[in-house]
Amino acid sequence: MSSAVGQLSLRYWWRKFKSATMMGATVAATLLTLVPLFWVLGYLLKQGLSGIDLAFFTSLPRPVGEKGGGMGNAVLGTLELVTLATVMAVPLGVSAGLYLTEPGRNGLMANAVRFAADVLMGVPSIVIGIFVYALVVRPMKTFSALAGAIALATMMAPLVVRTTEEAIKLVPLELRESALALGVPRWKTSLFIVVRTAARGIATGILLALARIAGETAPLLFTAFGNQFWSTSLTRPIAALTVQVYTYAISPFPEWHRQAWAGALVLTGMVLIVELSVHMLTGKKVRAPR
Amino acid sequence: MAKLSLVHLSAYFGRVKTLKDINLDIPEYNVTAVIGPSGCGKTTLVRCLNRMHEVVRDARVEGEVLLDGENIYAPGVDPVQIRRRVGMVFQKPTPFPTMSIEENVIAGLKLNGSVRNSAQRAEIVERCLRLAALWDEVKDNLGKPGTSLSGGQQQRLCIARALAVEPEVLLMDEPCSSLDPASTARIEELVLELKSQYTIVIVTHNMQQAARASDYTAFLLNGVLIEFGETKQIFTNPKRQETEDYITGRFG
Repeated sequence: MSSAVGQLSLRYWWRKFKSATMMGATVAATLLTLVPLFWVLGYLLKQGLSGIDLAFFTSLPRPVGEKGGGMGNAVLGTLELVTLATVMAVPLGVSAGLYLTEPGRNGLMANAVRFAADVLMGVPSIVIGIFVYALVVRPMKTFSALAGAIALATMMAPLVVRTTEEAIKLVPLELRESALALGVPRWKTSLFIVVRTAARGIATGILLALARIAGETAPLLFTAFGNQFWSTSLTRPIAALTVQVYTYAISPFPEWHRQAWAGALVLTGMVLIVELSVHMLTGKKVRAPR
Repeated sequence: MAKLSLVHLSAYFGRVKTLKDINLDIPEYNVTAVIGPSGCGKTTLVRCLNRMHEVVRDARVEGEVLLDGENIYAPGVDPVQIRRRVGMVFQKPTPFPTMSIEENVIAGLKLNGSVRNSAQRAEIVERCLRLAALWDEVKDNLGKPGTSLSGGQQQRLCIARALAVEPEVLLMDEPCSSLDPASTARIEELVLELKSQYTIVIVTHNMQQAARASDYTAFLLNGVLIEFGETKQIFTNPKRQETEDYITGRFG
């Protein structure tokens, strides 16, 4: 009797030990993935915060040796480029995503579109930059905001296609059929029932894609090029935070390094704001039909 | 008088023939129940009556369905127009999750482009919710999401939504299968009330429901129409052995 109990408690403690070990391992893995995030953010804050003041957002870069100055034009340029890219990529991406989910579609065409989007997502961003250089910059004979936005849109569109497709797939087929059975034409069913039901998911995908392209440097090197002056013109080179940070970081001047850190911090802050709004958007979930 | 006539109707999913040469007259202003074991083609049969069968990929139909004597599968007939005359309620309640109770009722009319002023709109919402025996429960909460209702209420909301389009025929595909007995009883009462104004076809797994709520019964087995007749006759004096076996619970 007593030996049976002893055996039982031995097994019990062995089981406890295994559980604790595994739990410890998963906690360690979680911390390990979180450490780089906070390390990067902390280092960025330490290095960048001193460079940020009002002038950083309102003034132009100064020549080497002069104190002060900022990256106001680059902040504005990034906002313009991302907005333009979104305007181009969203209608295209959402439409293609909707196409992929329409029932009764020829599978061959849909698969081709899906495959193309996947391949496009895997293309190195520098290649997209070169592609747009050949397609837009060469014929226009100038670097331009337009070319930069097209490069970013090329990266953004396939992301939007796939996230839209996933969001729409979550809409139950019964909902689509209910609308059709009311005598609602197919196009209205897709647009006003299916897309509207999936709207939150689609918006989330768009914001995530937007956050992703806001941090891209390579596609802009041969397209938007960068600019040391205020410019919002579509047909002229335009400054972007990422490019500006890159240019300043590889320079030999400590003052520029300080500004590069500040630029990196601002860019990270902008992306963080977008991510946080995604979090808020998905926090309040629509109740699914029972 | 036959509101709907199925003439040599066969339905396919790809190469699989789900309905085999069905001939059936569905009488006007009556409730016709469609019974049979799972997979016998009940749902496919009703989906052929408002051209919803063809929504599924690779699905097709042979033969004719006559609505008031006119073939709804004739070339040039717009399925959208047919679906406005032949409404449908599905197995699971499917209120549109982005819409309020009121918007759900009016959804069909609104999306079909029948623009109405707010007084007309309120009148239609009230009339349809009363018809669906839901008005008293929701009249103070018309702005609440349709999905906030209970399952039985959601199903009645879907009935109100189908009625708002003013169909002539109402198809109900196992409308009570996900509801509790109390809600089921309410829907059955509702069916009996509605038959003075609509021709109703109801698919059911529940033999008692067919016996209680219907005037005519069609028994399907493996895609073949075994027997059709007055409900009383089918349940008390079936002509075919298969029918008797099924309703006495010997199989299925």
